[in-house]
Amino acid sequence: MPVKTLTGNKAVAYAARLARVKVVSAYPITPQTTIVETLASMIEHGEMDAKMIRVESEHSALAAALGAASAGVRAFTATSSHGLLYMHEVVWWTAGARVPLVMAIVTRAIGPPWNIHVDHQDIWDQRDSGWLISIAESNQEVFDLTVQAFRISEDERVYLPMMVGLDGFILSHTVAPVDMPEQHEIDEWLPERKQPYVITPETQYVMGNLATDEDYYMMRYSIQAAMEAAKDVIKEVDKSFGENFGRSYGGLVERYRVEDAKYHVIVAGSWAGDAKEAVNILRDEGYPVGLLRVRFFRPWPTEDIVDVVGSSKGVITFDRSVSFGARGHLFMETISSLGPLAGKLSVRGVIAGLGGVDVPAEEFAMVIREFIDEVEREGQVYDPAYWHLPSQYRDMYPSRVEEVVR
Amino acid sequence: MPIKLKDLPRIRYNMPGNAACPGCPETMGMRYVKMALGDNVVMVIPAGCSSVIQGINPKSGMNFPILNIVFAAAASAAAGMKAAFEELGRDDVQVVVWAGDGGTGDIGFQALSGAAERNDDIIYICVDNEAYMNTGIQRSSLTPYGAWTTTTWTGKTEHKKNIPLIMIAHDVPYVATASVGYPQDFIEKLRKAASIRGFKYVHLHAPCPVGWRFDPGLTPHVAQLAVKTGLWPLFEYERGKFRVSSFSRMYRKPEKRAPIEEYLKLQGRYKGAGPEVVKELESYVNRLWEWIELLEKSMSPSTTAKKLVSKT
Repeated sequence: MPVKTLTGNKAVAYAARLARVKVVSAYPITPQTTIVETLASMIEHGEMDAKMIRVESEHSALAAALGAASAGVRAFTATSSHGLLYMHEVVWWTAGARVPLVMAIVTRAIGPPWNIHVDHQDIWDQRDSGWLISIAESNQEVFDLTVQAFRISEDERVYLPMMVGLDGFILSHTVAPVDMPEQHEIDEWLPERKQPYVITPETQYVMGNLATDEDYYMMRYSIQAAMEAAKDVIKEVDKSFGENFGRSYGGLVERYRVEDAKYHVIVAGSWAGDAKEAVNILRDEGYPVGLLRVRFFRPWPTEDIVDVVGSSKGVITFDRSVSFGARGHLFMETISSLGPLAGKLSVRGVIAGLGGVDVPAEEFAMVIREFIDEVEREGQVYDPAYWHLPSQYRDMYPSRVEEVVR
Repeated sequence: MPIKLKDLPRIRYNMPGNAACPGCPETMGMRYVKMALGDNVVMVIPAGCSSVIQGINPKSGMNFPILNIVFAAAASAAAGMKAAFEELGRDDVQVVVWAGDGGTGDIGFQALSGAAERNDDIIYICVDNEAYMNTGIQRSSLTPYGAWTTTTWTGKTEHKKNIPLIMIAHDVPYVATASVGYPQDFIEKLRKAASIRGFKYVHLHAPCPVGWRFDPGLTPHVAQLAVKTGLWPLFEYERGKFRVSSFSRMYRKPEKRAPIEEYLKLQGRYKGAGPEVVKELESYVNRLWEWIELLEKSMSPSTTAKKLVSKT
């Protein structure tokens, strides 16, 4: 298996080619652009057997991909930030249509003001749409998830579209070694495309006309059921991929040094690497801390959270996004998964790194250390929205926004 | 070859249970589409009356396979389907968009323009009932001057946007106007469109009894009057050549045109429209035909083959 040094975006493009995508339709947006460029180049130079539709917008990009997929081929698109928001209604329509499809999301902040750097506001904004939503830590995982996404999305227990998130610039534009299986190995591992229906003159299928309210309700119910079923499918695919290609990640979450941990960090995306480094630093200092990396935001890994964190002394979440007027997304999801258990442990929801503000390992370690020390000192801590401000603002503003108002 | 009614297939194209209003021009038009193109068709329909006319899932009152799609993306979804069929070696399948005037000229215009510029191999039919009828008769950019709608209570103050001319400016292989009042002409144009590779645009004028406030038995009559007054000229643009269709040719001469009042008086949407509305519409018709004359002169089949190179 050839190892190449690739940017995350190239890894996405190569994975789409190896998955034998037949129709690509995409519109450029920073930092996704090099995915479109690479796919266009491969298709034009005959290195990829597919049609490229150079659409005039992201709204059209996903609509064209949906059209192609509903006619029976593997279709692919990729976008970021405002592009993703612009195609939002088609995001919903695709999931409702139950058409398997894969889309890469190069995560980026949303304006105004303009900001092209990483955060997770764009991808988590799609959380209710019925798509499977995954997010990678490394370029290797970007590649692996993109290939796996086709198998997961096209599994008859799922039949839902899937997003593969990769952090803007941090992964999309940074080269790292990526081990890519040969075409015949992917062909053997990835089954022929399956989908619930195709729209052709022969099938006479009609998708999307009016339904009764009751039938509509039940179609929504079936999406939720597919999300539940997807949990097993994701684990099976992760395991099977590991058996064939030597890399498994643990299913919906990756567990890092959790075995004897009393405190847990919950984090998603590329900065999990920095957070793991922080865990290593704190372990060396004697802190019993482990980390849970969320790989799938939808379906949300409730069982894994309860399993790992249920008996924890304290959980600290790091969100690169916020639901204004409420909390960070990982925090809210974590607390809601824990249910009654949440009242028994200490929690801190940290909001950091918005708009690409860097949070190095030492800062992760500092914030986690402070939390653990506080819990050990004071007993139970409940701190749902702690804004870890950029360093130059730290002395000027309080970390709890309520204090600004009072 | 002129189409003869007796040669057209006699098949029930719209099924019982479809939800069209009495006198609906869309079911008429849809029937002609099937007569013209046969069974090797998939249809893409954005939000609009035809989303509803299909009736209730899991059945459908329209005898077509259909991808229903969000309002603004019909042309793009169709482009995707066509690309898939080409990849599957199914070049023979006609992908047809069936979109209203809103889905074409307003919210869907960007996607339409994109597909036209890319010359995607689809047939795009705009079924133009001159307002947002599905939401209850609100003005669109294709509503004509002076017409009452529920967002222009005292009459629209702007003229109808001319999408067919804009599509000609995209230099696509085929653009035509048609009317539910002239089925043979529409069918002929669709068949021609089906024989051409690339982007084909057919704009079907479709008077709506509910929205225009006329007797539902008069749909074809009102449609014909629109042509006879010169307000809706039938023409074709094919690979750089422009020609006025036979049913409209005589209305080049203003004196041959039916009086606009005759057209307006049948329609409740023009109730209370004074002579200034008639005058304004007359001046619109004259300007429209000046455009047509210009296009005929510069792009007539005999004179232009050399001057213009069109995408084929």
